[in-house]
Amino acid sequence: MATEPLLQVEDLHTSFFTPAGEVKAVNGVSFFLERGKVLGIVGESGSGKSVTAYSIMQILAPTGKIVSGSIKLDGQELVNVGESVMKTVRGNKISIIFQDPMTSLNPTYTIGHQLVEAIMLHTNRDKKQAQERALEMLRLVNVNEPEKRIKQYPFEFSGGMRQRVMIAMALACEPDILIADEPTTALDVTIQAQILELMKSLQKELGMAIIMITHDLGVVAQMCDEVIVMYAGSICEQGTADEIFYNPKHEYTKGLMRSIPTAETAGSKLQPISGTPIDLLCMPEGCPFAPRCSNAMKICLKSPCERMRLNKDHMSACWMNVKESMENEADKPKKKKGGEKNEQNP
Amino acid sequence: MSKILEQENPLVDIRNLKQYFSINVGPFQRKPLKAVDDVSFSIRRGETLGLVGESGCGKTTVGRTILHLYKPTAGEVVFDGRPIETPADIRYLRKKATMVFQDPYSSLNPRMTVSDIIGEPLDIHKAYANKAERQEQILELMDRVGLNSEHAARYAHEFSGGQRQRIGIARALALHPEFIVCDEPVSALDVSIQAQVINMFVELQQQLGLTYLFIAHDILVVRHISNRIAVMYLGKMVELADSKEIYEHPLHPYTRSLMSAVPQPDPKVARASHRIVLSGDIPSPLNAPSGCPFRTRCAYARECCAESVPEFQEVEKGHFVACHRIKEL
Repeated sequence: MATEPLLQVEDLHTSFFTPAGEVKAVNGVSFFLERGKVLGIVGESGSGKSVTAYSIMQILAPTGKIVSGSIKLDGQELVNVGESVMKTVRGNKISIIFQDPMTSLNPTYTIGHQLVEAIMLHTNRDKKQAQERALEMLRLVNVNEPEKRIKQYPFEFSGGMRQRVMIAMALACEPDILIADEPTTALDVTIQAQILELMKSLQKELGMAIIMITHDLGVVAQMCDEVIVMYAGSICEQGTADEIFYNPKHEYTKGLMRSIPTAETAGSKLQPISGTPIDLLCMPEGCPFAPRCSNAMKICLKSPCERMRLNKDHMSACWMNVKESMENEADKPKKKKGGEKNEQNP
Repeated sequence: MSKILEQENPLVDIRNLKQYFSINVGPFQRKPLKAVDDVSFSIRRGETLGLVGESGCGKTTVGRTILHLYKPTAGEVVFDGRPIETPADIRYLRKKATMVFQDPYSSLNPRMTVSDIIGEPLDIHKAYANKAERQEQILELMDRVGLNSEHAARYAHEFSGGQRQRIGIARALALHPEFIVCDEPVSALDVSIQAQVINMFVELQQQLGLTYLFIAHDILVVRHISNRIAVMYLGKMVELADSKEIYEHPLHPYTRSLMSAVPQPDPKVARASHRIVLSGDIPSPLNAPSGCPFRTRCAYARECCAESVPEFQEVEKGHFVACHRIKEL
């Protein structure tokens, strides 16, 4: 693959300025995305996963602002480039599909009108060519009888079909990156399976990169090569899907994995994460997860942990990892696991 | 637990339940929407029966019709041996059977304090002698669902989603019911909070000997909590069996694809699994196909499937399926 990553986000800070104060929705997020890869961003509501995506597209609500950081697409800086440049990026290079396909389509125009509009806006095709392209796109996303369907309105489409139309619209200009913001959350399981299969096959066919934003770890496991776990606006863990699922290192990720019901948990108790998600208006001094963490140490409450590279494919920001590595170095012959819980200070 | 489940007399017995809604399809034209069409099943005392299916399949309507929130078009609901027919029966039922709703935001009155929300069923059924007793009961309920009793005077908007769902559960428990219909009680919650609430349902069941009808679309959650699982499609029940059995050996073609479509939170399993991806969408219940409702999307459909509705029959002990071609599959 290319040596330079397709998309590079560095130390991104996005805030919303509300009457109640500044809400730091994204707090120092850095990651990169390679060509043709699927990156998953998981987290609970309010963790900043959608805001990260909207920051990349610069489609934030009026109160939201990228405070600092850099977003580089193919080496080109996108932060503060101005609306005219962003217009050439949106749709052409990066496209986005949203959770609710009903509210993202205009109910008063036909599907065809909206597809043609998007195509003509981003390419120099004339109306006839754009119409052909629209038909071609509908065929690509397996909409039956596209000639008939193109004249219909969104209400005549089912949820799954609408999401196919959204995908068709997003891919019409062959973007390098497709951002999918909870694309299947509003859909039923069997329809979700259809859409995920479709996205996967299109990704292989067109070779684009996908940023998959979801709270469903099942969808992540099925789709993603790399995974970012977010909590309270920052990345707590990042790595390949296998590393995150089979070797989670951050206490939050571990808790998340433990709290999903599986075949083994049937009839027994789940191990939930205690407490409630954090209020972004009053962020704690230390690690944002510390108030809910069962293994929190003194240092966790005092200062947040820097991200640490654990191996080639895995980064985590947890003081437990620091402690473990220090223990390992300090007394190598000693066994690994002893006294993990009770010690207060590393 | 399985011993208790074996006992014969069920707590809730539903026989040939039908619920049709009359829908406007044009000027002066009405058409019945068969939301629930001839469904029969029973729920044993102390068990959790999971009810799964896609949106529009009628699972919520089944739950609501059991509680007579809708008057059934036809069929019978027998609760603890007593058929529910007269208004007096319904009053009796509503005391013994309650409901937890899906959306913890819209199911709590924003103008009522938590103690009034939880106390409302007590007020309606006059379940206390004096004010002090009422307050005592409310605080006990709040304690039971893990809410801080100091918050009794607060309003619903001051709570997070998980806490609101606890308020809803406390309200459902207020009259010491035996049976609770849980309508997607955790689907609006985040994963970490979802696990807390699921655990609470299990604990309450063990402490109070409750019986649940657990309606959800998340099959992993339903499998975790249920003893048996029923699958619905377009208003009809297509399969019913023990939760392990139905998950590992689904028989109906629809259940098979449904189970295979569940995204597994395990990358290796997800890569190795063979999904049976169904083509097409669920038909509208206004124009349901003749015969077997699933035949339009079924890979095994034959002519016989269009002709008659398959019978819901027991193929193995405790495993019911409605499919014409079940023997050949």
